Amino acid sequence: MLRFTIKRLASAVLVMFTISVLVFLIFFATPGVNPAARIAGRSASPQVLANVAKEFGLNRPLPIRYGLMMYHLFIKQDLSSYVNIGDRIIPQITAAAPITLSLIFGAVVIWLLVGVSAGVIAAKNKGKFIDPLVMFFGIAAISIPVYWLGQMVLLVTQGGLHRTIFAWAPNGGYVSLTQSPWQWALHLLFPWLTLASLYAGIYARVLRGELINNMNEDYIRTARAKGLSERRILYRHALRCSMISIVSLFGLDVGVLVGGAALLTEVVFGLPGVGFLTYQGLQNLDLPLIMGCVMYGAFFVVLASAVVDVLYAYIDPRIRVVA
Amino acid sequence: MGEIGELPATESVATKITVKLAAVDSESPWRSSLQQLRRNRAAMVSLGVLLFMVAVTLLAPVYAHDIAHSNPFASNLQGRIKIGGHYRSVMPANTQGLGLGVTPIGPTWHFSTYFLGADELGRDVFARILYGGRVTLLIGFSSGLICIAVATVLGMLAGYFGRATDWIISRLLDIVWAFPIYLLAISLSVILVTSGLDLGIVHIGAGSLLLPILIIASVYVPYVARPVRGIVFSLKERDFIQAAIASGASDWHILRKEIWPNVAPSVIVFFPLMVALNILTESALSILGIGVQPPQASWGTIINDGLQLLYTRPWVAIAPGICIVIVCVALNILGDGVRDAFDPRAKLRGSI
Amino acid sequence: MSLDDHSTDAVLSVRDLTVSFATRQGVVRAVDGLSFDVGAKEVLGIVGESGSGKSVAMYSMLGLVRDANVSISGSVLFEGREILGLSDADMQSVRGGEVGMIFQDPMTALTPVYTVGWQIVEQLRAHNEMTKKAAYERAAELLAEVGIPDPKSRINHYPHEFSGGMRQRVVIAMALSCNPKLLIADEPTTALDVTTQAQILDLMGRLQATHGSSIVIITHDMGVIAEIAHRVVVMYAGRPAEIGPEIDVVRSARHPYTWGLLGAVPRADVKTRRLVTIPGNAVSPLEVPPGCAFAPRCQYRMDICEQRPPLRGAHDHLDACWLSDEQRLAIRSTATVRGES
Repeated sequence: MLRFTIKRLASAVLVMFTISVLVFLIFFATPGVNPAARIAGRSASPQVLANVAKEFGLNRPLPIRYGLMMYHLFIKQDLSSYVNIGDRIIPQITAAAPITLSLIFGAVVIWLLVGVSAGVIAAKNKGKFIDPLVMFFGIAAISIPVYWLGQMVLLVTQGGLHRTIFAWAPNGGYVSLTQSPWQWALHLLFPWLTLASLYAGIYARVLRGELINNMNEDYIRTARAKGLSERRILYRHALRCSMISIVSLFGLDVGVLVGGAALLTEVVFGLPGVGFLTYQGLQNLDLPLIMGCVMYGAFFVVLASAVVDVLYAYIDPRIRVVA
Repeated sequence: MGEIGELPATESVATKITVKLAAVDSESPWRSSLQQLRRNRAAMVSLGVLLFMVAVTLLAPVYAHDIAHSNPFASNLQGRIKIGGHYRSVMPANTQGLGLGVTPIGPTWHFSTYFLGADELGRDVFARILYGGRVTLLIGFSSGLICIAVATVLGMLAGYFGRATDWIISRLLDIVWAFPIYLLAISLSVILVTSGLDLGIVHIGAGSLLLPILIIASVYVPYVARPVRGIVFSLKERDFIQAAIASGASDWHILRKEIWPNVAPSVIVFFPLMVALNILTESALSILGIGVQPPQASWGTIINDGLQLLYTRPWVAIAPGICIVIVCVALNILGDGVRDAFDPRAKLRGSI
Repeated sequence: MSLDDHSTDAVLSVRDLTVSFATRQGVVRAVDGLSFDVGAKEVLGIVGESGSGKSVAMYSMLGLVRDANVSISGSVLFEGREILGLSDADMQSVRGGEVGMIFQDPMTALTPVYTVGWQIVEQLRAHNEMTKKAAYERAAELLAEVGIPDPKSRINHYPHEFSGGMRQRVVIAMALSCNPKLLIADEPTTALDVTTQAQILDLMGRLQATHGSSIVIITHDMGVIAEIAHRVVVMYAGRPAEIGPEIDVVRSARHPYTWGLLGAVPRADVKTRRLVTIPGNAVSPLEVPPGCAFAPRCQYRMDICEQRPPLRGAHDHLDACWLSDEQRLAIRSTATVRGES
């Protein structure tokens, strides 16, 4: 198990390296794009352009340029914006991270609860009317653009009904957990529900499929032949085996969300998380900011998926031997 | 040999007697899969809905020129329209609050003019949705097609040739796979959409629809290429492929005649789901300002336009969203039907 | 012997069991009027090609055929008690408790995410009041009994850490864990290699002697029957073709289908090297003819075969074939001449 963990983390480091190279190539070596002009932003003076060229070694060979980028990003952590001159990027990201994590944490709890129970209910009632009903909601959930759903939620809670039923709904923004746990939850409630809906839909669909497949496996017949109750067969055998694929999905999803996929939800609800920061970078074409967000986000994803794989090996004993 | 009589033997030697339980399917697997799909009512209704949406958006110019007589791409702040004999301004002055500024006209619910009202520039929202639908559907289908084509070729090459070819392709896929989709798309878009892509002979302009199409297609390549590679890998172990290799058939022949027919059903299963995924991705990128660029419009950009008008003219944002939902629900239901008919064991995620 | 009324001293007494499935193409009778008895400590072999309904018959009587379109009729007495149509809860105490089951593919028969000890303990505790500790000790004893070396540590291993033969031993240990009166083994050796097959059959024979369970063994392999069975039911297309003591059915088979099955077994004592098969494929369950089901593949087919032959015979050796004793004698003597040429 320890050997597996070390091996998996080592490969994560390798993936991080290749991702950083890919980011570097996109930002500094795309054909037909002048990186200095893009980094310095619109209407930069020749002086600024020269500074950029020096900071990132733009006239030096590619490997040195890569080294300089990594140096500013991770070692000296002094990457600065040229749009809002002098703003350090890394502290902004670390300040925004708790907000993104709060958003994702609540959404995860909701989507696991809703997705898993919906999947189990649908699989249990296969052939009855409730299964297609649940699955239709699942399909609807995965077909709704998240930001649009967020807008519709805002329209309902902040629009005409805000004076009556939804008078209690806050006007957006974020209150930190340490300041007031209650307000924290209240401000995040609708973002949580919005973000969770898509994933609840995915998980319900995947789990239903897995459960139905697993219920046709030979070991379920063995379990029946052992005289176990249908309930125990479903929960202790079929569900337990189906959770293997749910966990592997889960790791990727949480990683990708923390890495920036929650940005649309953050933008719609005005939550100043990492995603919102990326969005601001896009609005101002603030390349260093985007570069920082992308790199930190991507690294988080890789780390999360490594952690999940280790967890996965713990759940599914077969993996340990293969790896 | 004693008392047991020997029965006349057939030429084949069978150690285990096998039975085809239902040897009724003498027709080709394609035909029977299609037949099964045709019997799936939900999938057929979805297909009908999709065709309807495609037809309606294709008729956008007819609507704009011959029915609404409006140009959905030119601002029309001073425009006036005739409803029930009365002329009304497209951008009437505010009556509430301080009475400053103008608010676009709301839905008239008259099919022939400003059916869903106007946007901030006084343009006909309904006509824009029809035009935007063309762009959204074009991006969705073409990026889905490109993605699947590239992924299938890569997956087949990696799976068939193995060794170095497989190693290189697999590592490439790994990198893209590990990269969060949105971050990759954002990185590519932010560099490309404002300056275009210049690859020596090929130049793709900044506003070209090809950019979002190629970006969306490339980020999802591993989603399809990895399973295809796996299928080809296991196919290669099968007797009929081994026999073809032993008989000296060329690689190209084997890939085309032996492998492709067995990969095709799985690939087809991916298509509707990838299109739905790509439509959602396109609208997300457009919302962020890095997808479809003006003057082009897509359902995503129209939703973005509607953001500022959300509380005063909600239909500007509601209507294109509903269009996306309808198309994606139809694609997903159709996708489920295609999977059940062609490759019931395929493991697919619902969406991203 | 008659199969009209239930036998009173049998552990399992099946009468006129019929299992049919409603499909889009029509009603399929997977099992059609099957009757047999299993006596105390007896090993009954049910033999037939795949698709002959032998597994479905056994699964359906234990409520293991969970298909909305199935209908089961007939009567199955287990220890004198009717078990067809028992409620799920009542059936659960029969399954695993009084009837143990062994399946064909040991690679997939165990839940992959639990240790083998956990899975045996689960069954022990489902049917007996016992502490976890006692159950684990009993599980280790069972593993030792089925010949798994170092059972105390192997109990904490996962199924994938065992070889196929060892896994089948685990499955057997599990099936025997509650000292069942009846053991149903569905092709227990088919998925194993030849040497392991022999070991598993040997193990089953020994355990049967020590535990005193009756066994129903389902197989397509006459070799297995000859090895272990006391009595045999030969099934074709869901119907019994021949029933009798193992020695009678193997040495002097009466039904042409059984001749084919026997011919398909490579036997060391046969001079000819040629293997014999039955021409054609087993009949599709959708197209079972109204008369003798085997007639379309039978080279001794007669006009009367358009009618369904009754199961009849002398003493305890019954068969469903219209051939007269004289005809059979003639066929067998000419076949012998040809076989030795």
